[in-house]
Amino acid sequence: MDAKGALKHYALVGLGFALMVAALYMVFIYVPTDKNTGAVQRIFYFHVPLAWIGFLAFFVVFVCSILYLTKRDVRWDTIASASAEVGVVFTSLVLITGSVWAKAAWGIWWTWDARLTATLVLWFTYVAYLLVRHYVTEDSQRARLSAVLGIVGFIDVPVVALAVMLWRTQHPGAIIFEGGLVPSMLFTLIVCIVAFTVLYFVLVAQSTRLKNMEADIRNIKDIRMD
Amino acid sequence: MRGSLSKVLAIFWKDILLEIRTKESVTAILVFALLVLVIFNFAFEPETATMNLVAPGILWVAFTFAGVLGLNRVFAIERENSRLAGLLLCPIDPMLIYWGKLLGSFTFMFAIEIIVTPIFLVLLNLPLFLPRLLLIIVLATLGFTSVGTLFSALANNIRARDIMLPILFLPIVVPVIIAAVEATALVLQSSPWGDMMTWLQIMIAFDIIYLVVATLVFQYVVEG
Amino acid sequence: MDETESALTAWAIEVEALSKSFGRNRALSNIDLKIGRGEHVIVFGPNGAGKTTLVKVLSTLSKPSSGTVRVDGEDIRSDPVKVRRRISLVSHDTFLYDNLTVYENLRFYGKMHDVPDLEENVREVIARVRLEPRLHDRVGILSHGMQQRVSIARAIIHNPSILFLDEPEAGLDPQAVVMLRDVLESVNTPERTIVMTTHNLRQGVEMGDRVVILDRGKIVYQASRDDIDTVNFYEIYQSYTGTGE
Repeated sequence: MDAKGALKHYALVGLGFALMVAALYMVFIYVPTDKNTGAVQRIFYFHVPLAWIGFLAFFVVFVCSILYLTKRDVRWDTIASASAEVGVVFTSLVLITGSVWAKAAWGIWWTWDARLTATLVLWFTYVAYLLVRHYVTEDSQRARLSAVLGIVGFIDVPVVALAVMLWRTQHPGAIIFEGGLVPSMLFTLIVCIVAFTVLYFVLVAQSTRLKNMEADIRNIKDIRMD
Repeated sequence: MRGSLSKVLAIFWKDILLEIRTKESVTAILVFALLVLVIFNFAFEPETATMNLVAPGILWVAFTFAGVLGLNRVFAIERENSRLAGLLLCPIDPMLIYWGKLLGSFTFMFAIEIIVTPIFLVLLNLPLFLPRLLLIIVLATLGFTSVGTLFSALANNIRARDIMLPILFLPIVVPVIIAAVEATALVLQSSPWGDMMTWLQIMIAFDIIYLVVATLVFQYVVEG
Repeated sequence: MDETESALTAWAIEVEALSKSFGRNRALSNIDLKIGRGEHVIVFGPNGAGKTTLVKVLSTLSKPSSGTVRVDGEDIRSDPVKVRRRISLVSHDTFLYDNLTVYENLRFYGKMHDVPDLEENVREVIARVRLEPRLHDRVGILSHGMQQRVSIARAIIHNPSILFLDEPEAGLDPQAVVMLRDVLESVNTPERTIVMTTHNLRQGVEMGDRVVILDRGKIVYQASRDDIDTVNFYEIYQSYTGTGE
């Protein structure tokens, strides 16, 4: 990495760190406690950004998959793989934070609520994507097959969302958010979303760089062996 | 165009002929689907009230699992003896291979469903003549096989392909499963047509999306 | 139309700076090769030298990582379907369906290639490989050598101008190999270009107009038959590949 790249990288990490500290301060000290659900509602400031970033991550996989198949540049495959990994981690956290909140608010860990169900289906789709990456050993084949999955998986998202939404209207469930959002809550939420978005970019950039380094090392080893 | 159709049909006819010769897929999978129906009767209280509630789910679980088994075999035939290479060496667009294979997997799955469904209706003392159920089966099967044929080719390249196919396939077809189960429930309750329109629309949308996308990306799955 | 077009190019196959990598493994590196019309080129090399990969790339089954390949003047990347009309491949796998008869297999591949007068052509190619009595037998019950002959019939049913043979004798017993060679002689028309990979040094040298030795993805030796010391070819092969395989 050149000096300019390093500078950019540290600026991004610094920005992410500052935003994250601000977000933590706002979530735990600044924002008032929700009248209906109490302190546990604060998890919502992590839950919503995680969900949004999870979705963004899979959209990036989708775009990179199309770019890989059309341009055949391995960089797109590397970014897709990094983004899918971050996306699966974030989506897992969405499911966990969602469950914690549901237990406190509704008294149950899990309900087949439309959003929860759609998120779970999404999680399975991208876990399968990562499994395929794991099972295919040849690099160009792995890139090709996972790009196909990155496309096929993502276009399913709106159909899944629509189907589970209709499914749940047939079986009425609990209402997700009771009291409205006061301005300070909305502001906190926005800061959290920005903080997590920056975190996403830092993680994907780091992971991409790591994967590139691994590839370089393997190449150097191969040249040595010749 | 006519030349393309004749090649799609040539691939389809070859698969039918192989199946008639060996009777490998359809018979075994048929028995499996019937077994799933029977096993579910042990899982639930076999009272009329309970069964009416869970019947659509049982039917579609049986079809989904039978479908996965069948789809596993779609490209397994072409893997042996490098036959896929033989097909790819033919002067045709690879998407025609997808369509030929899709036609075959649709026919096999539909054949199984058309035998299993009356048995299922008899076991549950339901009316036998349900044209609307037939429509649901056609739409859902098209959805299953459009995605499944693509994934069958994809899983063919992967280690642990037998287990990877359902892991890839099931999350994607969730909308079809939901729509088929809900629509079937409405048919069994003799609800009016209007009630099940949304579910039919979801299946039609799914079918169109995946037929188009799978046709476009299939070449990337089989290229060397 | 195709005939006049292809008549314009002197070479059946032109390979320039071809490389093929599988991930980090370089299977072929910087191959240059020109094969004339009607020429018979035999490619030798130890296991893993890249012989099969070369055949796969030339026959459009595998995409080159870099470099260009023209078959009958046609770039294999820009119009693979056009290329596939003119080529065919016999490999150690036969591509045949065991549970279909010889006739059904040939008919299927004939249809896929838009072969005109299919009935007549099936009879002609099966006569060429001398298996008329087995036409309506299932391929699965035939011996391996016979299956390989059916595979040759399959490969020539659309009268390709270029025939690739990738170790066609692999796994066959000596008698079957002799039979296979006779059959190959009989499908050998003056205008048909043949590229064959093999392990069998003695027979290979006899069959080819030119021999090429491939080692670790590179062409390490090539010469026309007239220039080779056929008696000492084994020593030549050994000195270039470092193996007597």
